[in-house]
Amino acid sequence: MSDVQVRASADALMRQTTTYKPPRDPAQIVRWTLLAMGAIVMVMPIVYMLSASMKYPHEMFDLNIIPREPTFENYIFVLADGRFLQWFVNSLIIATITTISAVFFDALVGYALCKFRFRGRYFIFIAILSTLMIPTEMLILPWYMMSLHFGWVDTYWGIMFPGLMTAFGTFLMKQFFETVPDDFLEAARIDGLNEFQIWWSVAMPLVTPALSALAIFIFLGNWTAFIWPLIVTTNSELYTLPVGLTTFSVEQSVQWELIMTGAALATIPTLIVFLIFQRYIIRGVAMAGLKG
Amino acid sequence: MATVTLRNLVKAYGSTEVLHSINLDIANGEFVVLVGPSGCGKSTTLRMIAGLEEVTSGEIMIGDRVVNHLEPKQRNIAMVFQNYAIYPHLTVRNNIGFGLRTAKMPKADKQKRIEEVAAILSMTDYLERKPAQLSGGQRQRVAIGRAMVREPSVFLFDEPLSNLDAQLRTQMRLEIKKLHQRVGTTIVFVTHDQVEAMTMADRIVIMKDGHIQQVGTPTEVFHKPANTFVAQFIGAPSMNMLDARWQGGRLHVAGQELGTELALAEGSAVTLGIRPDDLVVSPEPGLFSGRVNVLEPLGSETLVYVDIGGREVIARASGRNPPRLGESVHLAADLANMHLFDPSGKAIA
Ligand SMILES: Nc1ncnc2c1ncn2[C@@H]1O[C@H](COP(=O)(O)OP(=O)(O)OP(=O)(O)O)[C@@H](O)[C@H]1O
Ligand SMILES: [Mg+2]
Repeated sequence: MSDVQVRASADALMRQTTTYKPPRDPAQIVRWTLLAMGAIVMVMPIVYMLSASMKYPHEMFDLNIIPREPTFENYIFVLADGRFLQWFVNSLIIATITTISAVFFDALVGYALCKFRFRGRYFIFIAILSTLMIPTEMLILPWYMMSLHFGWVDTYWGIMFPGLMTAFGTFLMKQFFETVPDDFLEAARIDGLNEFQIWWSVAMPLVTPALSALAIFIFLGNWTAFIWPLIVTTNSELYTLPVGLTTFSVEQSVQWELIMTGAALATIPTLIVFLIFQRYIIRGVAMAGLKG
Repeated sequence: MATVTLRNLVKAYGSTEVLHSINLDIANGEFVVLVGPSGCGKSTTLRMIAGLEEVTSGEIMIGDRVVNHLEPKQRNIAMVFQNYAIYPHLTVRNNIGFGLRTAKMPKADKQKRIEEVAAILSMTDYLERKPAQLSGGQRQRVAIGRAMVREPSVFLFDEPLSNLDAQLRTQMRLEIKKLHQRVGTTIVFVTHDQVEAMTMADRIVIMKDGHIQQVGTPTEVFHKPANTFVAQFIGAPSMNMLDARWQGGRLHVAGQELGTELALAEGSAVTLGIRPDDLVVSPEPGLFSGRVNVLEPLGSETLVYVDIGGREVIARASGRNPPRLGESVHLAADLANMHLFDPSGKAIA
């Protein structure tokens, strides 16, 4: 057969396979149905939030998803209100600093606990882990007393300090560093790097998927944090977004359309953070798949 | 370049001693291979030279400096690991250049050095690739490149070829040997593969259970093994060992009597070692005779497993007309090529 003929018949074969539809597997139908139901449950609140943010107050409690009189007035109102922008910036600063700090220190401590042998290492690890079992609600009082004594009430620092390092992140990073072969670190040690450089330029790049996941978790956690920022701030200038949004409801009535608008705007940074770090997660997973 | 000297080197983990007073002198520019079965302490020895393991007692000298308490980077050594340990997130260029990160030299010089090393290893075309886009052999070359670029005084290799397939291993073996001839740096190379040891080493160090069994050139350890362990470890297939007894001025072995020039104590038990290479199937009655149990054709020759009075020995026959299975054959050997060991396993000169 000539080359052309071979290619032609190959084309024909390909066309055949693309038009051929296998019968649907019943198990797959069940799977897809379940997934679709799950997806609807997850997506509905978001859809409802977006829909409510474009409604007038009188339409708020109608369950229609498409507003009868769609409007952007809520958005204009919220954005024009200087307080919203202030809270947004507060949240952004706090969540960003906390994320950077927590990822940095969690990775540092996790690495030390994983790769160094020292006296008391196991004890420290257990101590850190055990703090995971204490619910936030129980910590709020001591935190508050501390803030009061140190004058941290109504400061960024006061809002941030409990989250600057997390037990969960430390644990996660320790587990991930276990997957980094010691040979990598020893090779770097022989090449003359100091221990900090080894951590930073050898070990850290090898755990980017974990770092990205942790960054997303921590950012989201701080972005949506409510109770502690509510308690440690009295000055509305220092409110974070979730705290500020509730003030829309304390005046005469609950202004749902404004809360929903604020919430819709508040999802934007989380989406951006997710989109940025998600790339690294995928790339990291692809990288971790390679041996050696 | 430098010499490496180990003096009464001991390593203990807790209360278990894994290296017992190792003494070794490695000359400047020498290619020394540490070989031995798994767990004998090869890696531990190498890692102590590198400074990755602490010395329990004894002394390590590189050149005329005692390096026991120096950091790895101060010892001016480079090490290549079994699983390459090249960084997946860096390009070949940056991987090779990694060892120069802390070196104080102009950037242009560093780049030049990286390119020189890449050229020696024929990796020039791959400089911008990531390790994921390289074959196993190329990755190993990058690892060697990273070690070379710093121009260390000693190269340490810990089983660098064991992750490669047989063909590539043979090729890299040759390349490392050529590299050594070219740069002339002292090399300490760890392997558990005796063929690798034989083909590459200037001198072989055979270890077992944390003790050095013998140090010598490949020829020495092959032809004058110090004990039964070395005799059986070096050479494939391994040496035939037969129990023998010295009686009435002759050696009694497997129902045969041999005359040798040795004079041993009357009635003393010895072990007689004959390499399969030295034991050939012959048409005339020779040393032993027995039935063929198994045949292993290797092409140019055939290995014949022969049952001689309850003991199986491996002998060699021609590849063209080997004996048949179950056939009775005669085995001949030159007495000069036989090895005698005392009951403790030590060679009798
Ligand atoms: N961290 C450790 N703690 C306790 N014992 C150890 C440790 N590292 C190694 N050993 C012991 O030391 C001995 C020598 O180990 P080593 O790694 O040097 O062996 P090796 O000759 O390199 O073997 P292989 O060919 O399998 O790599 C072994 O018996 C091992 O169990
Ligand atoms: Mg080893």
